Amino acid sequence: MNKELVFKRVAFLSATLILIVLVSIFIMLFFDAKSAINKYGVYFLVDSRWNKTIEIKSTESKTNPSKLIAKTSKTNDDVSMNNDNLFADDSSVLGDSESLDNSAGDKAVDESVDTNTNVKTDTIFGGYIPIVGTILSTLIAMTFSIPIAMGIAVFLSEIAPDFLIKPVGIAIELLAAIPSIIYGMWGLFYFAPIVQNTFGGSQMSLLIAGLVLGIMILPFMAAITRDAMNTTPDVIKESAYALGATKFEVVKDVIFPYAKVGIIGSVVLSLGRALGETMAVAFLIGSVFKVPGSLTNPTISIPVVLANNFGEASGDMMSSLFYLAFILFVFSFITIGAAKFYFLRGRR
Amino acid sequence: MKGTEKRRLIINKIILALSTISALLGLIFLFWILITLFLKGLNALDFSLFTKDLVDGGLRNLIFGQFMMALIATIIGVPLGMLAGIYLREYGSGKYANIIRDLSDIMMSAPSIVIGAFVFAVFVAPFGGINGWAGSIALAIMLIPIVVSTTDNMLSLVPIELREAGIALGGSKHKVILQIILKAAKVGLMTGILLAFARVIGETAPLLFTSGTNSFWSTDLGNAFPSLTVSIYDLANFPTDKARDLAWAASFLLTVIVLVINLIGRFIIRDKG
Repeated sequence: MNKELVFKRVAFLSATLILIVLVSIFIMLFFDAKSAINKYGVYFLVDSRWNKTIEIKSTESKTNPSKLIAKTSKTNDDVSMNNDNLFADDSSVLGDSESLDNSAGDKAVDESVDTNTNVKTDTIFGGYIPIVGTILSTLIAMTFSIPIAMGIAVFLSEIAPDFLIKPVGIAIELLAAIPSIIYGMWGLFYFAPIVQNTFGGSQMSLLIAGLVLGIMILPFMAAITRDAMNTTPDVIKESAYALGATKFEVVKDVIFPYAKVGIIGSVVLSLGRALGETMAVAFLIGSVFKVPGSLTNPTISIPVVLANNFGEASGDMMSSLFYLAFILFVFSFITIGAAKFYFLRGRR
Repeated sequence: MKGTEKRRLIINKIILALSTISALLGLIFLFWILITLFLKGLNALDFSLFTKDLVDGGLRNLIFGQFMMALIATIIGVPLGMLAGIYLREYGSGKYANIIRDLSDIMMSAPSIVIGAFVFAVFVAPFGGINGWAGSIALAIMLIPIVVSTTDNMLSLVPIELREAGIALGGSKHKVILQIILKAAKVGLMTGILLAFARVIGETAPLLFTSGTNSFWSTDLGNAFPSLTVSIYDLANFPTDKARDLAWAASFLLTVIVLVINLIGRFIIRDKG
């Protein structure tokens, strides 16, 4: 009897561990990102500067969001002392402009202020470019893979002769099992040159990364879309065929409406996976902090920023990386959560 | 009347053709990747790769390291995942179990690099550097939700009569679970564990800054630990042909390992399941 209770408790704790791990991922990422969140705030999301050293001059402090400087003061005492200076400078400059017909003495003060403030530099981190890169590469991947995945799913559930369903199905699932780093290698050495020759642009680009990402999520999306389509009862399909519908009409007017929710769920779930994919993209996106002017330009995505910089980072950069990781986690949690809760609910 | 009939048939043909073509396209990509891997990999493959470490141009330590970390992840993750799955299916009822089930599903698709970042924050930064344990734990976190979902699904296939029969014989619930239900679901569970192992052994992103990699033979999990996948990433970005060949050989081996384990899993299911 006692053993029974112990077993139940242990099982309960193991189940609770999942909750604990997820909550601690949230907390740890937020905790480690906190200094960056405090320093850059929401502006981080639209700031395209990454690892840019800027000088905090008194004149610049007016154009900069003052919040940024005020927040800096929280991070360490040294800066907060400088910060006091800075505000003092600010007022002196203001005073300067008020009395424009100033004396030589005033100018000297002004200069000394300048040299004083030039010493203070700050490194700014903003997440705009990786966020845009992540969204764009995922969009390209989805645009490429949705039609093909639908085609494969329709083929497997309606068209394929019986002897083909199994082997093709297994082949598609094996394609899903291949580690992502292999897609990256293959993409880099074999697929990228073809894309480059066809569309021009650089050796690594947003387009190449997006396409390889699309090829990577293709089998996953196809497999779960097929499962969703297969939930359509045969009776309904047969009724439609009996009324003289063609296969396409059955797919369009019977299977799609019936399995709509499941199919959308599959697509959203694949989107969630694509958002967080690292290795396939890391080889191909070019890892350049630049807003891509065209699809064939290199850029960077959040997972790739993390993969490339986590090892050596410290201070503000580290905290900014955690900020990015937190953003990515929240993004994909919401996406995958939406897919699971809203669309795939009844499919268990 | 005849015109619309014809149009319907033509549209039908076109769509069916397109869908067949997309299936072909999927297969073409699979074979393209596999053929590339085989040609490049077999070309670079050499028996000496299995006897030398990375520092001497071999892969021995990397293969060992990757297996070791995936194995430790399995040893940590399988009992926890199975217990959690047992709770969800056999004990859990109502809201709490459903929430855990959903969270586990979400965790299964969570970005692996974020899990790497989390493990870095908890098991690397406080301990002063990358280490094999952190890598194993990151893989275990990836593995647990897969095992939970497999256990949950496989136990749901065990008929309720078996449970009733066990209870009727006077067995306590945990005895019935451990001695009857788990045995009945054995094949499915084994397959699930195999597939989960195959999934984590090919992971790179969670290892990048948790275990890192190591060019030398190492059994010390307290330090940078050799990882096949992380080394593939490093080697592929290395400009020399020799490094790239080694990366291809490593990729080939990795893919063969993953696909063979997957095929074995499927074979077991088809044979007995």
